[in-house]
Amino acid sequence: MNETIMKTLGVTLGVCLLCSLFVSFTAVSLRDQQNTNKLNDKRVKILEAANIYDESMSVEDQFKNLEIRFLDFDTGETYREYKDFDIDKYDQLQSLRFSDQSKPVPADKDIAIIKNRENIGKIYFSTKDNQIDKLILPIRGYGLWGTLYGYIAIENDFNTVVGIEFYEHKETPGLGGEVDNPNWKNIWVGKEIYQSGDVKLQVIKGAVDQNMNDAKYMVDGLSGATLTSRGVSNMIEYWFSDSGYLKLLENFDYES
Amino acid sequence: MSLKQYKEVLVNPLIKENPITLQILGICSALAVTSNLNVTLIMCIALTSVVSLSNLFISIIRNYIPSSVRIIVQMTIIATLVILVDELLKAYDYETSKKLSVFVGLIITNCIVMGRAEAFAMKEKPFVSFLDGLGNGIGYSLILIGVAFIRELFGAGTLFGIPVFGDWYPTNNLLLLPPSSFIIIGLFIWLIRGYNNDQIEEDEFDLSKHSVAPNLNKRELNV
Repeated sequence: MNETIMKTLGVTLGVCLLCSLFVSFTAVSLRDQQNTNKLNDKRVKILEAANIYDESMSVEDQFKNLEIRFLDFDTGETYREYKDFDIDKYDQLQSLRFSDQSKPVPADKDIAIIKNRENIGKIYFSTKDNQIDKLILPIRGYGLWGTLYGYIAIENDFNTVVGIEFYEHKETPGLGGEVDNPNWKNIWVGKEIYQSGDVKLQVIKGAVDQNMNDAKYMVDGLSGATLTSRGVSNMIEYWFSDSGYLKLLENFDYES
Repeated sequence: MSLKQYKEVLVNPLIKENPITLQILGICSALAVTSNLNVTLIMCIALTSVVSLSNLFISIIRNYIPSSVRIIVQMTIIATLVILVDELLKAYDYETSKKLSVFVGLIITNCIVMGRAEAFAMKEKPFVSFLDGLGNGIGYSLILIGVAFIRELFGAGTLFGIPVFGDWYPTNNLLLLPPSSFIIIGLFIWLIRGYNNDQIEEDEFDLSKHSVAPNLNKRELNV
């Protein structure tokens, strides 16, 4: 007799229990490996954003050449050491969980829809002849389906874009997911962010007319992905504004 | 079951009863993941393991599944296997798992997996169900790899990402876009049915012969 209520309940519960055991066992036992992969991927994106990734070398070695600093968003000061934080392990996204390590962004300023911003950020830069060469800054903001997390690298004039990379997003493959398309990412190279102190760089709708005066402040929109394009645009505006990296860029003392 | 029957269960779905070209099932992923052979191969392995293992497990408990909740029970087993595959990919082939993005998760809704569970595994013994799943998975893979081979070779001029044609070859963007798989699968179906005539379906209705319009003069046409 297969059709009694008890039997139906029993079989369903049994199957669910067994399946959930399998799933949780795999998820737990593979977590370390997956986290290593994620971290590695993130590091590759950081290097790729700055256009210094060399596939033939190990990611770890290349990453050691990068300088890392803590950044106090409110003052724009950078630190090699901050409280008891370990700079290699510090994850500013984890800080968002604690109210003493992050602050809600006021609604009128929250153009990238990030809700909370950490007090202490983490920035990367490469050096050349003891001079800062490229600065790599984490950015994030809401697209269509979720938050896009990425990095943008700029030249040492703190204005020209070297590259942009996203390491995590939930956009539709083929539409908003085209933020990963190398052709689109290449458009960003050489664009400028500020025009007389204001963030001018934006993703526009449609293609940029290269003959226009302001072409260097504009990036082609992704067709079929208006909301993602707008999200990326807002992200740039937010993170290079006063609430983001502007204070840092105005007086960045990389020696300290 | 005799050895011959086992062999039939395994070999029939390859060409004769191919899930893609005869039953036209599971073509959504055939469109999405066939622009690069590396990705296609991983997808094929993922689907084949899910469909054969889901057939095996469902068949083992087939006599205990109450018919009122059988689809849910099947889905639970299939979803579990897909999550396992997804987790394994994330751990051991992160690059490909990023490229496949949602399509691994979408194996859950692949009609081949559900179809074999419902049509075969619910009735037959575990081992032969496993073989049926394996056969169908390989049948699916054959078509996918064929499509991906044509798309990557003539689309990008590469195979497994390695350049085959020199710089003289202009890349063919149409082949890199998903709609081209429709055309290629269509050609495969034509090829297989041309060779294997009993796959040709009967017309659902008769087309009448071309007729010539009667030669009406202007007055009869009211102009």
